[in-house]
Amino acid sequence: MADVTHTPSMTLLDRLDEAAIASAAPSQTELMRELRIKGRPGWTSNLPPSLAAFVTNPKGMTGVIVLLGLILFSLLGPVFSEYNPQRRAGKPHVAPSYEHVMGTTRMGKDVYTQLAYGSRTSLAVGFGAGLAAALIGLAVGISAGYFGGRIDDVLTFLVNVVLVLPGLPLIIVIASLVDSAGPLVIGIVLALTGWGWSARTIRTQTMSLRTREFILAAELMGERKWRIILKEIFPNMLSFFMGGLVLGTISAILAEAALSFIGLGDPNAVTWGTMLYWAQNNMALQVGAWWEIWPPAIAIMLTGAALVMINFAVDEITNPQLKASRKIGRIRRFLARRGRSADVF
Amino acid sequence: MYSDRVLMQVRNLTVDYVGDHSVARAVNGIDFDIREGEAFGLAGESGCGKSTVAFALARLTRLPGLVSGGEVRLNGEDVLKFDKARLKAYRWNEVSFVFQSAMNALNPVIPVSEQIMDVIETHQPDLGAEGARKRAVELFDLVGIPSKRLDDYPHQFSGGMRQRICIAIALALQPRLIIMDEPTTALDVVVQRDIIEQIVELKGRLGFSVLFITHDLGLMIEFCDRIGVMYSGELVEVAPAETILTDPRHPYTRALGNSFPPLTGPRLRMEGIPGTPPDLRALPQGCRFAPRCPHAMDICRSVAPELRAYPELRSEAACHLLN
Amino acid sequence: MSLAELEIPLKTKPVGEAPVIEMEAVDKEFILGGAFLNQTFLKALSGVSLQLYRGKALALVGESGSGKSTCARMLARAYEPTGGAIRFHGEDISQFKGQRLQRYRAEVQMVFQDPFGSLNPTQGIGYHLERPLRLHRPDLRGRAAIEAEMLSLLESVGLRPAADYLKRRPHELSGGQRQRVAIARALSVQPHVLLADEPTSMLDVSVRLGILNLLEDLKQQRQLAALYITHDIATARYFAEEAAVMYAGHIVEQGPSQEITDNPRHPYTQLLIEAVPNPHRKMGVVPGRRATDIPLRTRSSRGCPFVSRCPKATSICSEAMPDPITVGPGHTARCHHV
Repeated sequence: MADVTHTPSMTLLDRLDEAAIASAAPSQTELMRELRIKGRPGWTSNLPPSLAAFVTNPKGMTGVIVLLGLILFSLLGPVFSEYNPQRRAGKPHVAPSYEHVMGTTRMGKDVYTQLAYGSRTSLAVGFGAGLAAALIGLAVGISAGYFGGRIDDVLTFLVNVVLVLPGLPLIIVIASLVDSAGPLVIGIVLALTGWGWSARTIRTQTMSLRTREFILAAELMGERKWRIILKEIFPNMLSFFMGGLVLGTISAILAEAALSFIGLGDPNAVTWGTMLYWAQNNMALQVGAWWEIWPPAIAIMLTGAALVMINFAVDEITNPQLKASRKIGRIRRFLARRGRSADVF
Repeated sequence: MYSDRVLMQVRNLTVDYVGDHSVARAVNGIDFDIREGEAFGLAGESGCGKSTVAFALARLTRLPGLVSGGEVRLNGEDVLKFDKARLKAYRWNEVSFVFQSAMNALNPVIPVSEQIMDVIETHQPDLGAEGARKRAVELFDLVGIPSKRLDDYPHQFSGGMRQRICIAIALALQPRLIIMDEPTTALDVVVQRDIIEQIVELKGRLGFSVLFITHDLGLMIEFCDRIGVMYSGELVEVAPAETILTDPRHPYTRALGNSFPPLTGPRLRMEGIPGTPPDLRALPQGCRFAPRCPHAMDICRSVAPELRAYPELRSEAACHLLN
Repeated sequence: MSLAELEIPLKTKPVGEAPVIEMEAVDKEFILGGAFLNQTFLKALSGVSLQLYRGKALALVGESGSGKSTCARMLARAYEPTGGAIRFHGEDISQFKGQRLQRYRAEVQMVFQDPFGSLNPTQGIGYHLERPLRLHRPDLRGRAAIEAEMLSLLESVGLRPAADYLKRRPHELSGGQRQRVAIARALSVQPHVLLADEPTSMLDVSVRLGILNLLEDLKQQRQLAALYITHDIATARYFAEEAAVMYAGHIVEQGPSQEITDNPRHPYTQLLIEAVPNPHRKMGVVPGRRATDIPLRTRSSRGCPFVSRCPKATSICSEAMPDPITVGPGHTARCHHV
């Protein structure tokens, strides 16, 4: 890259006095060095730009790695345990030891085994319900936004109903009507009640996108409506869909845990939520058996945190102002060195 | 019309845009003066850096923009070195601004009177609420809007009136310089003329200077006293408005002037300027306009020309052809 | 190298040639709001008549709210007229259905104002050209034929080397280049009519002439009937042989563009020309003149819409909309006091 620095003009001495010369900016290469900006690393430039942006984002990658770790744990974790999660495996409330890495519950069941098997169910319900809710929200949102008119009126009414109904109490009512609801039922209920926010966001975005002229151009070209939705509107909606998916998953996991915790789940099922239920029931903390509570609690927190970080990363990628703010520290120091302060940050 | 006393001196101003893997130099060490009572125009096309300069002078450079060097002198003080407290006194009291979509930046749920008074009370708190209200009434009179509409909401005014309200807000504390970045671009041509004429009248009466930025060179020549033409981050010519029209020195200025179809005379085919401005991350060696210049010589492609003064024309230009 | 000076040929209308597409006394109303039985209607167009001829351009000049964009959208059949008719080669286009309608989509094409907004940011340039070809060009069989046509289109709008552009995304192109892609897309289906809705107002000044010259060349080569919508009467005069000035949904003056700018007869046209930035005069102050908004016409509006701003207005002007009066060869104006 050609280094272009403005050399002070000696033909206009009265214009550029010493102060002006002294305040001159460093050259572009010097500036890059001072702000510690490296030239483009090789391998990420081969990926599509949004993927490359995600992969180089520390928050996003941390979230992805933690999530992958949890998923791996749910798949492989049970392999390392010879116990049955639903049967007695040892004495009750044994502290973490060699035979029971995370101790045992009040009933004598191995905590590690429960955690491992439980994560399969919890994650499956969480992701499943999250994905289902996101897809329903997508379908409803795009249809309402694109077709407008009567269809929009009906669908918006539906969305408002779903949004207005208080989430958890409704789930409680439904779950209690279905005897003891297993994880599958809970998952279905969560999916059917959780799509409202996603639908509303996507509807708004679709409506604003609809006024963009490339949609009109496609219509005036005679494209079929379904093609327009699929290939013109949806690709522009990806980040909102991802956001809705991530948030839907978080709320599904938490809701499942909450429902099981208050005893509305199937007490014979093994999920993080039921683990907490039994721990609560057996007054684990009061008895000092911290190992019955902390593992499922930490698992839930980690999952939530990982998903939220992925969401932050998606936000950062789609909002260039957020991305630039990562360099605030270095820029502030650059200015401070020259006796200046920041304009607007 | 305007004095020769200098109000603001811009020296060696450099603004960079900081990217992930590169730095684009949007403004490359430019110098110019704004005199008291003068309307100074910055002309150029998209990507030339004129709006970046406006934001830099107003100390509103947002990330990823960074003012990496230079001085902006007002009364001997360097505006770029102002701290937060000094900035507060600077903004609106000495320099105020009107931006392109300012009329859309008015808060739709707050009456206009409150928005004006807000600005006054922030930057001149000793006026008090009553003083602010009185000033607001004066300002409405100044821009020709009936003061009984002071408590209306922004949506109750037309686009042109909203822009006039923004101009009134800019005048609130009697600044010495108003920076206007495309203030009439979003308006229809009849409304635009009205507003520009109003600005001219107010300028004559109140004596402030204007830094006027627009891509409409014809409007700029009508309105401004002196004009600086920017190309790809540099000033290529600075001259009085009439000279830009009748005797442009730089090939880019000349070509730009020829890009406006006339309203009279025979209908002749005209050519714009072929090609596009260079990518700021991969600038050519030598003069930045050389790739598109019909008169480019060898020296143009290797050595960047400097802005030199030509006192007999009262103008400055950066071109090897003139030497 | 001096600027090439070519007198733009002023072809006169061949006597007896029928228009390719025309609007006949078209009205268009939009619902503004209000409850059932008590709704207010915005009359966006009132009695608009215009004709487009093969190989000629008509400029529609007006400010925002004049109805010029609505005209274009109606010619493209994005809206149906509330009154009057639009005829393509004599046929009423509102009767088109199914296959005939699909064919019409290829016969009338549009280029939009915002070069970025008219392209899908998530798709490459190749996609934008391939879709129209797949939809309307059954004569192109197979991948190779389609690709060859795409390259040829890109070259005809001045984007070279064409192969480079196919893979790029819109954000990688400049405004002028995007607009050329939009023109290529419109041409890909071999239209008879090209509707250009302010194609250059969002482009840099130095790029505008390039686009207008391109449109002129294509118009002549392919004998397109062109509608050029603009708020800039100077480019209207440059590009189009005929011009029509619109105000509040009415055409108030119509005629050869050079004649209209040299000799404007309607007070609104005169106001427009006087307001256009003219670097050859220095800014003077005309005190007291304050522009007002373009009025909203409803069903109950009567008389000339310009009456609130017109220096020549009298009582008859508020009662009856004037009919077109001939004020020169092919030049009409709707004013009682012309």
